[in-house]
Order: sequence, then C-alpha cells, then structure tokens
Amino acid sequence: MHYETVIIGAGMSGLAAGIRLAYFGKRVCIVERHSAFGGLNSFYRLGGREFDVGLHAVTNFVGPEVRSAPLPRLLRQLRLSRDAFQLRPQRFSEIRFPGCRLRFSNDIGLLIGEVADRFPDQADGFRRLVAEIREYDDLQPDVTYRSAREVLGTYLSDPLLIEMLLCPLMYYGSAQEGDMDYTALATLFKAILCEGLARPRGGVRTLIRVLVKKYRECGGELRMKCGVQRLEVDGGGVSALVLSDGETITADAVLSSAGFTETMRLCSDAEAVLATGEAGRLSFVESISCLDTTPADLGLGAAVLFYNDAERFTYARPDGPVDVSSGVICCPNNFDDHEDLPEGLIRVTSLANPDYWDGLDEAAYRAAKQECYGRVLDRAARFVPEFRDHVVFKDIFTPRTIRHYTGHVNGAVYGAPAKVRSGRTRLKNLFICGTDQGFVGIIGAMLSGIAMANLHVLQGE
Amino acid sequence: MTPQKVKDIVMNIISIVSPDAELSKVKGDVPLRDQLDMDSMDFLDIVMELRKRYKIEVPKEDYPRLATLDSCVSYLLSHFRVAGADAAVG
Repeated sequence: MHYETVIIGAGMSGLAAGIRLAYFGKRVCIVERHSAFGGLNSFYRLGGREFDVGLHAVTNFVGPEVRSAPLPRLLRQLRLSRDAFQLRPQRFSEIRFPGCRLRFSNDIGLLIGEVADRFPDQADGFRRLVAEIREYDDLQPDVTYRSAREVLGTYLSDPLLIEMLLCPLMYYGSAQEGDMDYTALATLFKAILCEGLARPRGGVRTLIRVLVKKYRECGGELRMKCGVQRLEVDGGGVSALVLSDGETITADAVLSSAGFTETMRLCSDAEAVLATGEAGRLSFVESISCLDTTPADLGLGAAVLFYNDAERFTYARPDGPVDVSSGVICCPNNFDDHEDLPEGLIRVTSLANPDYWDGLDEAAYRAAKQECYGRVLDRAARFVPEFRDHVVFKDIFTPRTIRHYTGHVNGAVYGAPAKVRSGRTRLKNLFICGTDQGFVGIIGAMLSGIAMANLHVLQGE
Repeated sequence: MTPQKVKDIVMNIISIVSPDAELSKVKGDVPLRDQLDMDSMDFLDIVMELRKRYKIEVPKEDYPRLATLDSCVSYLLSHFRVAGADAAVG
C-alpha cells in the first residue's frame, strides 16, 4: 500500500496534520498503536466514571471578536466553526507561594493589577514585560536559546515574582529543568496569561470527536492498534514503514508525532545514530479525586491553582518518587457551564521520578500510588479547603501511565528539552510534529501538526 | 467566465478560508490582507482552495497578483478561461 503521507500517532498534532492533508486531497493514513485516540490528551473509563488523561485546561482561549490569535487561526485552518470545541472559559486561577497570592483570569488586566498591588516596585517592569511578550514573534522557525530567567531578570528584580511567574509556565509546558527557553516562555505566557484558559464542554473527548470526524469526512484513513515497528532507511530517506501487524507500507512523506528520540529509534539504521539527542526527563503523577460536592461549595473557586510551598521553587525531576512541595490543583467544575460533570473533581499534578515508578513490580506499584496520593493531598490541602472527607472515588496515574499513552521515553509529558522547530530530521522525507517540534499544549500540538503539514507536504510540492 | 463570476468565486473562497470575514465591505482596490485581517496562512489557503476546487495552479512569483480583489479577478480570469477550455476538451 502506498500513501502520499503517513502520520505516526493519532494525537492532537497527528489528527490536525491529517485533516489538513486529507482536506487538500492527499492520500493520507494515520497509524496509531493504541485503540484510543488522543495520545497524551486521551481519556479513559474507570469505576463507571470517565477521566481525561492530560487535559487540565485548553490554553489560548480568546473571545469571538479576536481573529489573529492561535486558536481562531487553527480553527480556520481546520475549517472548523468557532464553537466546534465548545470551549467554556475559566472564572479565575491563582499562583500561591508562601505568603503571596496572585490571581489571573482571561483578562491580563487582573494579573497586572495584582502584581502592582503585591509588588509595587515591579509594576512598571511587569507592564513592559507584558508589552514585550505580546509583540514577540514566538513562531519564528529559527531562534537561538535564551534563558527565560535571564530575560525576566532584565524586567523584574524581585526573585519571588520571577519564580511565581515561572511556576505556571513551567508546569504547563516546559520540558527543561530549572529554566526554560525564552521563546517557549513567551508562547506559554501569551497562551496562559494574556489569552487564557478554558475547558471543552464534555472534556477532551469533545475535541477528539470533532477532529476524528473531520478527518474521516475529508477522506483520511485511520489504522488503530497499528504501531510502527520499523522505519526502513534507504538513500537518505524512509523507504518503507514496517507495521506491528507485519504489513509493509510506503509513503512519499512520513510525519511523526511519536517524539524525536522515539522516532529516531524506529529507524532501521538506528544503531548508527544512537546519539540522537536527549529524551525528556520530566514527568508527573496525577492524583484525581471525585467528590460528593463541588469545589466551589467547599470554598475553592479557582479553576487552576499553581502552588509552591518550599522556600525555593524547584522545577526538576525529584530524587524520590514525587515532589510534593509544589504542584498544580485543577478544578474542572470551576469553568463556566460545567453541568456535563456529574461530580466534583479535583486533580493535583506533581513532579515525579520516572525511574522510580518504572522499577516497581505490580503490587509495589499499587501500594506506592496509594502512598503518593496521601502525601500529595496532605500538602495540597494547605492551599485549598479540606476536601478529603468528600472523596468518593480516586485514581492516580504516574509516569508509567503517561508512557503507556504517549510512548514517550520516561513518560516525558513535554517531550525532549531540545526542540526541532523546523520539523526536519536527517532523513529527507521524515518530519517531526507535536511535542518535540516545540509547540506544547493542546492548541500548540494542533498548530504544530498544521504547520508541519503545510510546510513539508502542502508547500513542499 | 465573466469577471463577476470570477469575483463570486473568489469571495466564496475567502468565506471558506476565513468564515468570519466581513465580505460585504470588501473594497476592490485595497489589499485583502489589510481589509480582512488575514494572515499569511489564510492567504496561502486561498491559493490551495483554487487548486483544490478549480485545479488552478498559482506559482509563488504570482502571489502578489492576488493581493486585491480586483487584481485577483483580472489575474484569475485568464486562468479560468484556460481551465474552462481544458474542461471542454477533456
């Protein structure tokens, strides 16, 4: 079987790329090794309940009056209507550090006011920073690495404010420990703080259903439970794809959302090029609690609460199983129009050590999850009203779960620290899209698929 | 193919590429990108839709000729004649 393009992975980026290519009449096939769509942004059923895997919130939310922003642009590119994703905005979110709280909403004015109030001597610098980031072209393909901490330091002098700003941006998109690339920071700053957060009514499945339906309508082919075993390399390109069911297919171009290192490892000449870059090291544990009440009824109004309880905020792989000193608390009920949620829900994300979780046998793994859940909630409870008496069901997922869904080495949620922004590889017809191309988050993933399909297939003709 | 027909086709394509564009106010001699707040991705999609729907290939060096509605119509008029002739033959 021959295709013009084969896409590896039916996650957000693969589906978006597939829609673009199929819409313009390309013979395209998406191969997905799971039975479920979505990759990191998938969903699952447990205990009669439905849970989203990766989704806390969709970033980049803008009102219908805004046209030149990533979200409306991607909807236009996918020929989807403005309300296709049924996005419902957050009420507000907050960043909490010892002795200090900053709230933000989908109007940057709130955060500017809060900074002026808590950090009066930083107010001017923060306004200049916001203006600079708004003007910054973060989508340019070739950028050199600049330390976000250093750039922030040229606008702000209070280390507490710098850490408080880095906390949500790192948690929602940094593959790097301790610092991040300024361009990545600008993208996340705009996406989370200037634009804003929303939740699709019905959760992530709403987005997946829309994308899969559109892809099929455009004539795209999908092969589920069909992984790629090997990419045959010949003459500086991929000559064929050997699938997990033994079938061999060919393609003019291959677009892989499997991750850069992960894709390179599929190449038949992988032994020759084992030094293909460093895989990501950062992964998370997610502690999910279902409640017999809503967070708002308990007095918890924030949609997302980023907290740090230590003297210094550390965004790095912990030595122990989990780092409970900082984290993200997400309340899906605290977005508008959440009646699709049958119960209250509180999700807590914490940094975790993938090696620890990978090394456990089944019984120890189950016990470690329970222990971890208890420790995470003990610490998170310092920042939110006591909710543990209201928990009617809980689930915990770990780096192991994330690796299962994404195939990423180490269950690295945001992929490798070094991004391949051009999408090019050493093979002339093999391209990278998704997390390791450098656009993160659900919106970033879709934009990545679109941009790479446009650049390497549609315009490459 | 009349200029009016070509104009309708172009307007239709713009409404597909950019559904919330206010087409009623489009002036013929002002660049579309300035009036309609279109970015380079939207603009490329006009070219792609022309290929998808009408099998018209617009080479990169001709993109400036699609800048305004009027220049689009005059540029595409000859292409539609050729495309029409092809259709009649084929």
